[in-house]
Amino acid sequence: MLHGYLPAILGGLQSTLAVAATSLAIACVFGILGAAAKLSASRAARTVAGVYTTIIRGVPDLVLMLLIFYGGQIAINRLADAAGWGYVDINPFIAGTATLGFIFGAFLTETFRGAILAIPRGQMEAGQAFGLSRGQVMRRITLPQMVRHAIPGFTNSWLVMLKASALVSIIGLDDMVHRASLASAATRQPFTFYAAVALIYLALTTISILGLRWVEARYSLGVRKVEFK
Amino acid sequence: MIDWSIIAEALPAFAEGLKTTMMLLAISCGAGLVLSVPLAVARVSPHRAVWGPVWLFTYVMRGTPLLVQLFMVYHGLAQFEAVRESFAWPALRSPWFCAWLVFTLNTTAYTTEIFAGALRATPSGELEAARSLGMSEATIYRRILLPSALRRALPQYGNEVVMMMHATAIASTVTLVEITRVARDVYYNHFAPLESFGVVAVIYFVLTFGMAGLFKLVERRALRHLRPTASGVA
Repeated sequence: MLHGYLPAILGGLQSTLAVAATSLAIACVFGILGAAAKLSASRAARTVAGVYTTIIRGVPDLVLMLLIFYGGQIAINRLADAAGWGYVDINPFIAGTATLGFIFGAFLTETFRGAILAIPRGQMEAGQAFGLSRGQVMRRITLPQMVRHAIPGFTNSWLVMLKASALVSIIGLDDMVHRASLASAATRQPFTFYAAVALIYLALTTISILGLRWVEARYSLGVRKVEFK
Repeated sequence: MIDWSIIAEALPAFAEGLKTTMMLLAISCGAGLVLSVPLAVARVSPHRAVWGPVWLFTYVMRGTPLLVQLFMVYHGLAQFEAVRESFAWPALRSPWFCAWLVFTLNTTAYTTEIFAGALRATPSGELEAARSLGMSEATIYRRILLPSALRRALPQYGNEVVMMMHATAIASTVTLVEITRVARDVYYNHFAPLESFGVVAVIYFVLTFGMAGLFKLVERRALRHLRPTASGVA
């Protein structure tokens, strides 16, 4: 199948999944930090988080990726030069995942902020009144309910990020799209290989939608839905 | 830190690139807008034979990366001899045509879903009133459903246009010299990331919030009837 290039494409799938999963983890960290900053009492934290989400919304992900990859490369090398470490080569995997994580962290910031705000304040106050520590209130009351409110926005961000992971091929990562371009050049059948990659992406998005729908149902047990007619 | 002479030297190229970016955006969103209105009407149809194909189209387009779609058309079509020998080949091989085709199909898929969502959000009373006045289905769409649904869709549609403007950066991968391509060329000539990608990031940023502001203005006019009034009485 695929002129013997199927294993190569599947190998690329592995690196696509690794990029997407790592970026997601980084994005969640940025998202939680961003949401905490946006809801914090400190004006400086709110400003920093506001600038972060505004800039990310205003610039295409490809441009941010190029800026962080090439700009970061030079910035780190200037630092390394000053410290006398010699030339440092940035690994495209680290650059790609850090960039994607940084970008989608901004989207998750808004998702998480909205989800936290959707939980009635009284619940957290009640928790504190029972003598729970702040961490316990977070772990037992806020987080489990946050999941339910965050899932729709989270699903959306994840799908956009999964598709954006195709861009890492442009900064030299050996992902599915890159493998497909190599196979196309060797076999002169680009349509076949790009179509195969598109189908794999379609399968990934379908699995994600179904999986996250299940999670949402799981976390919405006991929530009554409005029924139309 | 920043070498302004590089930026000054590259400004004419950025201006040319900006024209290409805006042109790509205009022709894709224009065609997408025309296509997505009838598709949205089909998408909300009660007949599976009508909404099914539209659903499949939007699902596939929204479930795959734009970059892969573009490569499939730009690099992929040459694989078929029938395409290579057809009279349309000079058009099909041009990056402009491929980018326009793919961007149009892509934005059509998203816009169709946005409009379909707005149509579904029509208050049922409006529909019942129109039916009780004896309007035909076509008249109802023309006079009642579409005018109010398209207005309600404005905020999301504005978002989609901005996303599309960002997506045109992907055209830089198929030799179209829009602003991201200009930035990449400037970078390769000078190895100066801030003077290339930094500049183009600022351009996109200004465009994004400029366009968002424009859409806000249009919304304020078109959605005046939905604005809460100070006294609470409409």
